[in-house]
Parts: sequence; structure tokens; C-alpha cells
Amino acid sequence: MTKQNLFEKVWDAHAVGELQNGQTQLFVGRHLIHEVTSPQAFGMLREKNLPVRYPERTFATVDHIVPTNETQEPYSDPLADAMIKELRKNCSDFGVTFFDTDTGKQGIVHVVGPEQGLTQPGMTIACGDSHTSTHGAFGAIAFGIGTSQVRDLLATQTMALGKLKVRRIEVNGSLKSGIYAKDVILHIIKLLGVNGGTGYAYEYAGDVFDSFSMEERMTACNMSIEGGARAGYVNPDAKTYAYLKGRPYSPNDNDWDDAVSKWASFGSDEGCHYDDVVKIDAADIGPTVTWGINPSQAIGIDESIPDPALAQTKDRASIEEAIEYMKISPGAPIKGTPIDVAFIGSCTNGRISDLEEVASQLNGHKVKDGIKAIVVPGSQVVSKLAEEKGLDKIFRDAGFEWRFAGCSMCLAMNPDKLIGDQLCASSSNRNFKGRQGSPTGRTMLMSPTMVAAAAITGVITDSREVFSA
Amino acid sequence: MPLEKISQVSGSAVYVPGDDIDTDRIIPARFMKCLTFDGLGEYLFYDMKFHENGEQKDHPLNDALYQNASVMLTGMNFGCGSSREHAPQSLFRAGFRAVIAGNFAEIFFGNSINLGMPCVSVSNDVRNSIAEWVGENPSGQVLVDIKDLKVRAGDHSFTCDLRPGARDSLLNGAWDPLDELLEANHAIESIHGNLAYT
Ligand code: SF4
Repeated sequence: MTKQNLFEKVWDAHAVGELQNGQTQLFVGRHLIHEVTSPQAFGMLREKNLPVRYPERTFATVDHIVPTNETQEPYSDPLADAMIKELRKNCSDFGVTFFDTDTGKQGIVHVVGPEQGLTQPGMTIACGDSHTSTHGAFGAIAFGIGTSQVRDLLATQTMALGKLKVRRIEVNGSLKSGIYAKDVILHIIKLLGVNGGTGYAYEYAGDVFDSFSMEERMTACNMSIEGGARAGYVNPDAKTYAYLKGRPYSPNDNDWDDAVSKWASFGSDEGCHYDDVVKIDAADIGPTVTWGINPSQAIGIDESIPDPALAQTKDRASIEEAIEYMKISPGAPIKGTPIDVAFIGSCTNGRISDLEEVASQLNGHKVKDGIKAIVVPGSQVVSKLAEEKGLDKIFRDAGFEWRFAGCSMCLAMNPDKLIGDQLCASSSNRNFKGRQGSPTGRTMLMSPTMVAAAAITGVITDSREVFSA
Repeated sequence: MPLEKISQVSGSAVYVPGDDIDTDRIIPARFMKCLTFDGLGEYLFYDMKFHENGEQKDHPLNDALYQNASVMLTGMNFGCGSSREHAPQSLFRAGFRAVIAGNFAEIFFGNSINLGMPCVSVSNDVRNSIAEWVGENPSGQVLVDIKDLKVRAGDHSFTCDLRPGARDSLLNGAWDPLDELLEANHAIESIHGNLAYT
């Protein structure tokens, strides 16, 4: 038998046929939807008088617009209120399971899928959201799609897609202490660029990914799209299966062994073909922070903001644009840049292990006066777990606001927004102009621990210096 | 109703310079609170066009000369960032029917073709030449010829590029794949039944 990588195996198992335009008609086994990109798709179905083909394969939640400081409906924002009601209606009209705000299961769609056991190895998964690549951490092939494709999936459970090439990214050796999955993925994007992954799926591998927990793998896969890769995955292993065991939608005990051997069979074969291989030394990765307006504009905490005059001609204009927008100085150290807001949360870093890691270091430290610091759990499940462990109290005592689950300040479609040109140290995944709700707001991306260190000192800081004691 | 076969698009053009124009800039997230795409045209490039106090910025889309443009000319990696279809929808609803750029982000490209809005790539030199022509002839017609892969402006003709599959689907009126997807009913049923998971 020819040796195949995981991407090819999963693709072949779901390919319905070839379309006229040369793309593949791909069956998508799991479809996740949320309130922002689905109402228009349901509208198109109604217009064409089409039913949802396999309602049992679609799951819904509400995350982007939910306020994280009020739970009572109607929400103060009438548009947000209309959107949640529309999703509720669509799910009930079409027979789709909805993890509503009163189920204890609501949260960011990419946090909810894995924690409910909906995300499993060997699946094809799609969602009308770019960060669907998160689910690849389980050895699934997961794509972010547009609303017309949401419609296509609702109507046919299939969509048109061109096959991707596969690049294996191996990170070998061991990470220095105080270096997180977020630093690893920011480092990868910095090396390969925001377009480096165009046309590719990324297979993450090597010592570092082998030793990562499932949640760390999710953090890395989450940002594949920021490097231009439509999907990113890690081959399933014992950690994957252990994570899934006993979750609400995981196979039950009777079917467990069969499921695991089936899952394992999707793993990339030893010696299979890759279209490209990149090797990275873990020792080269330090705490990494973005200084610019796309996620590849990142540097190590000890480095300085690039000087456009010294840059290659092709990069000069974009560096100048970023420096002007960020109101920072070329050649200045990134360390010591004053911040206004600190945000811990999002589908990149809003999981229980992220909150535990930060809480374990807070230890009497306090958020600096004048800094607004908020912690937004990724889901109601995360929030409950955290509260059972007393993390909410630790955060509150340190001066952080403790919020309800949602996307919140990651893209600021709810009331959590930057004001004016505030600078936010953020554990989210995008630092585009205006991303956090103010057209002039500024974002620096980093790990949750680095965000906490910035909240405490009021400036961008090496967390290892703050939390060393 | 069969889809329109799109072999060429023509109209006056506007040049929006800049590389890596992301979907958050094409349509800021706060305008995505909508149940249909209908009104999105109004918010196209909103934060690039307006100051926070609502005053107009100096932006080509605010220039009276380009109010009727239906062809957009822009830089590299246009539409990077989010998978949100709100971005191409806002261009389409603002009256744009074709985009000429250095190149396009993948998801944005696919979403645009799905709407029947061709996205063709041109070299830097070609982009500069078209931009210059548009600057001199703001109401002149720019023709994007999908069949011959040319952009024509006045007496000039430039080479452009469009992925063969996407080009065929526009030429054959098959740019929206839904009908074709629906046809494969039997094969869909069989994969649904054979998958190890429901
Ligand atoms: S947390 Fe941010 S990136 Fe993730 S789904 Fe929500 S808005 Fe998108």
C-alpha cells in the first residue's frame, strides 16, 4: 500500500467526487456553526426551499456577540439580541443541536467542540470561522469557510474544495522554561510569514509537539490560518485518546477500542510523502510578542522594533505602516512598551490549562493601577471548572475582572472594546488594525503568562523576570 | 435558474493602494451584526474611509470621481485574515463586480468566485500601469476579460491571471457549486453511511 500522510487519508475517506471546476466535493462529517456567519446561510436555504441534509452532523453555539458581563436577555445591544434569537430559531426550525447560554455548554465554538468530544481524529470538520484549524490538534482536518459554504454544508453536507499540499513542521529539542505553545506558533509564523502556508495544510510534529498537552496543540493549530495555512494538524496519539475518553460525544466504553484503532489508522505513515518539510530548533524560541499589524510582525522579548531603514526593500513599506499605526519607535526595545489593557481569553488561549498556568503564578501579584485587565473563559465548562478550582478568586484578588464565556475582546463584537488608541497585551490571535473594536486601537499578541506579566508591571515585560520568585 | 456565464466584466475602476489589506479593514467586525448581507455595501472600508468622529478621510472611495466604480484595483495579498464572507459581500453590495490585485488570500478568493465576482492577479508593473491609467481616466472603462485573461484599459491590454478551475466555473456559469453538489445525492448518502462516526 502506498504510504500516506494523515491529510491524504482523511481527504480520501471523505471525497465524494471531482467537480467540473477541478475541485473536490468533500464530505464534512462535523459542521459547527455560530451566530455571525450562519443566519445568512439559513436565509439562503429558506429562499431555495431546501432542508438541512443531516441535522445531526451540525452543532451550534453562540460566542462572537454574547456580552460577557450580563446574562439577562434581552441584551443591551439589540443587534446582538436579534442574532442570538435568530440562531435559536434556526436551530429549532431545522433540528440542529444548540449549546445555548442556559445549557452549561455554551462557549467559543473552537473550545466547545473539543471539550464536548465532538472533535475526533480522522474527521473532516468545518465552521464559518477562520480558526477552525484548532480542531486539527486531534488529527482532524478542519477548515474555516465562508457563509456560502455554510449553506452548502447545511444543504448537502459537502463543499467544493481544492486539495491542499502538506508541509511538515518539526520542532525538535526542548523548550526553555517559561516558553509556551503561543511562543512556538508565533515563532513559526514569524519564520514562514503570513502567506507562507498558502495552499498548504501544516502537519506539526517533533519532540515539542509530542510532549505538548492537547490544549497546547490546540493553541498552535489555532493560529495555522495566521500563517496562511488553511488547516493545521497533529497526528493523534495516546494523549489525544486520553483527552477524549469520557466526553459527552466521545464513543462509549463498548465502542472505545474500535474507535481508537480506527483513529490511530489515520496517523501519517512512517516515511510518507510531504510536499515540504521545515525543521525548527526548540532552543531558538524565546518569549515572543507581536509589535506590528499582522501576526508575523513578531520579535523575541529581548529584541528591538525593526528599523525600516535597515529592512529589505520589499518589507519596508509594511514595516513603516505598522510602526506608524502602533505609535512605536524603530530600534526601540519592545520591553517596556506601556500598555492600557490586558486580555486573557479567546479560542487560542482561553482554556482551563491557560487559566491554571497564569493563576499558579499570580501569587500575591497585583494588576498595576490604571490597567484594565480582564479574563474571559473560553466556555461555560471552562468557567465552571475554573471556579471549582478557585481560579476566579485568584484572578479577582489580583485585580482582574472575571467574565462570562465568549469571544469578547478578541474581535470586540460585544461591548468589550478598546477605546481610542489604547494598547492591549492580548492572548488572542489577531493584531490587525482595529481588530479589538477601536479603529485606532493597538494589539500586541503574546502568551497568557506574558499578558499577566504586562498587566502587573504596566509594560511589555519578560514574564520570567516577573514570576521568577 | 441557471447562473450567468461570466466571460468579461467592465466598468470604471478605482485604485485602493496597499498590500495585505485584511478582512477587518474591508469590513470592520462591528458591522457584522446583521442577519442578511443586504446592507453591507455601506460599511465597505469604513474605518479607512472615516475618522472616528465620522469625518471623511482622504480615501479614493470618498473621491467623487470614483463613485461609480465597479472594478477595484489593489495590492498584494488582498483579503487576508478572516474567512468571513462579509468581506466579498460588502464589495459586491457596494457595486463591485471584479477585483484586480497583486494576488489574493485563498479563502477570500474562493468566497468571491462563489459570488460570481472574478478576482484576477496582475504583476506589480501591470498594477502600476493600470493605476496610472485609472488616475488619468477616472471614468474610463476597464474591461476584465476572463476568457483571454487580459485587462483592457483604453488602448492598453495587460496580461492577468486566474486559476483555471475558477476561470472555467465563471465561463461555464458554474461559479456557485450548490446545484452540482446537490446532484451527487447518492454518493453523499454512501459516505454518510460508511463513515466511522455520525
Ligand atoms: S475567540 Fe476570536 S478568533 Fe476565536 S472564534 Fe472568537 S472571535 Fe474568532
